[in-house]
Amino acid sequence: MLDAARLRADFPLLERQEHGRRLVYLDNAATTQKPDAVLHAIADYYRTTNANVHRGAYSLAIRATEAYEAARAKLAGFVNAWTPEGVVFTRGTTEAINLVAGSYGRAHVGRGDAIVVTAMDHHSNLVPWQILCQEKGATLRMVEITEDGRIDLSDFGTALEGRPKIVAFPYVSNALGTVNPAAQLTRLAHAVGAVVVVDGAQATPHLKVDVRALDCDFYALSGHKMLAPMGSGALIAKPELLEAMPPYHGGGEMISRVFDDHSTYNKIPHKFEAGTPNVEGAVGLAAAIDYLGAIGLERVAEHEQALAQAAIDQLTQIDGVTVYGPRGHRAGVVSFTYGDIHPHDIATILDQDGVCIRAGHHCTQPLMRRLNVPATARASFYIYNDLDDVAALAGSLVKAGALFGYVPA
Amino acid sequence: MDTSPPEPRLSALYQELILDHYRRPRNKGTLDGATHSVSLNNPLCGDEIDLQLQVEGGAIKAVRFVGRGCSISQASASMMTQLLKEKAVPQALALAERMSAMMQGDETAAGDKSLGDLRALAGVSKFPIRIKCALLPWNALTDAFKGQW
Repeated sequence: MLDAARLRADFPLLERQEHGRRLVYLDNAATTQKPDAVLHAIADYYRTTNANVHRGAYSLAIRATEAYEAARAKLAGFVNAWTPEGVVFTRGTTEAINLVAGSYGRAHVGRGDAIVVTAMDHHSNLVPWQILCQEKGATLRMVEITEDGRIDLSDFGTALEGRPKIVAFPYVSNALGTVNPAAQLTRLAHAVGAVVVVDGAQATPHLKVDVRALDCDFYALSGHKMLAPMGSGALIAKPELLEAMPPYHGGGEMISRVFDDHSTYNKIPHKFEAGTPNVEGAVGLAAAIDYLGAIGLERVAEHEQALAQAAIDQLTQIDGVTVYGPRGHRAGVVSFTYGDIHPHDIATILDQDGVCIRAGHHCTQPLMRRLNVPATARASFYIYNDLDDVAALAGSLVKAGALFGYVPA
Repeated sequence: MDTSPPEPRLSALYQELILDHYRRPRNKGTLDGATHSVSLNNPLCGDEIDLQLQVEGGAIKAVRFVGRGCSISQASASMMTQLLKEKAVPQALALAERMSAMMQGDETAAGDKSLGDLRALAGVSKFPIRIKCALLPWNALTDAFKGQW
């Protein structure tokens, strides 16, 4: 396991106390805390390099542009993108998926076509497809999940018989921690001619991602879930697909020549980056990648897996606790319920001990319906968490049980 | 393991009366002959309530609810239904305002006997994020009579 205590020293926020207790931050699937390296990179950018990018002819603007494009190249290397031009900076995963739906989707999906999603997709990889299907008169097909929280491969196969134009799924489930066989799903979808969109929001921070090995067509990610600032993220795409796609947002930067009544568009990726981009976000993301790279994503994955396993072991020993999602290989997300104590009540009680967890539907309402729960409590781990945090979670949960007079059935 | 007694704020929040209403909700179910029905949910946390009322001659003759959610929202709904029976609609709406005042920390409202069991929810005002839970059924009530009274 990683030396979490040593890493924690890099994260100023984690030195804080909540309600007089050491802060135990277990909501990393929602967003991670930021290390000094990232905070300093952002401050340094504004202190030494700030100017608008791709516009100024002066040295400062050139350095700002270089910093922005260096971040793009770094991210391309981090996920093994096809080319840096195939990396479009976005506000995050949600915007990246909306870009695919709004540009590629609107150009290629028509009446009677099918789009396939899964019952474990985050609303951000579901609602954009619903909107597109409604607009185009296309059909949305939701693939079911198995009892233990995996994509039902036989239902996936059945869905593919409808020869969908687009197949979208999450690499890692934000609510269950399931690591989906993304390369296999992509192969199956390609075999029927579909274009594959992978929601990488929960995978990119936690395991070594290689988009070329996955061979997906579009891959969306968020910076803020991997130590970088909020509002940073990207769409990674096969360049030839981006080249052929119509623009998404109109404005500055994305144009080549503008006439009174029409325009020609810039080259990729700039065609999809209308307006002044989030340069501090890109610079912060580059610093986050350096930080994670120094640790090694394989070790990050191992560390989280160990914490998730310890959490599952300890929580399932508490009478009345149900843990959702697969056992064995999984990411560091542990969703659970505790008897009839509602997850919101659990979260309020844990908060008094400084333990931050998420309670709710995790933006996965179709999944919650299938699990037959209105909500779950969710603990999610990252590099700075350790076994003490797992023990704090379990201890506080026992307290919640006592407060509710929980009597096992 | 930490076995210290829970904080006073927590004990005040999760009083026995609240847990009792949560586990044994009063007036839960659907109503035949309802004159007013409202479904409301909190999109942030997923709490849900379907409130049905039977109003005759300007008074609430019967009220029932179906809901899913945390102890605070469900106990508040259960307590509310107990209180509303035989109340004139303007009286019911006045109670909704008292409830809202109590959630904002108004101590005279917290001591107002007309709120009945609901006074057990006064501690929620110390947990701002949970106030919307306690007010969900009351918002359904005011929605039911919106523009009518």
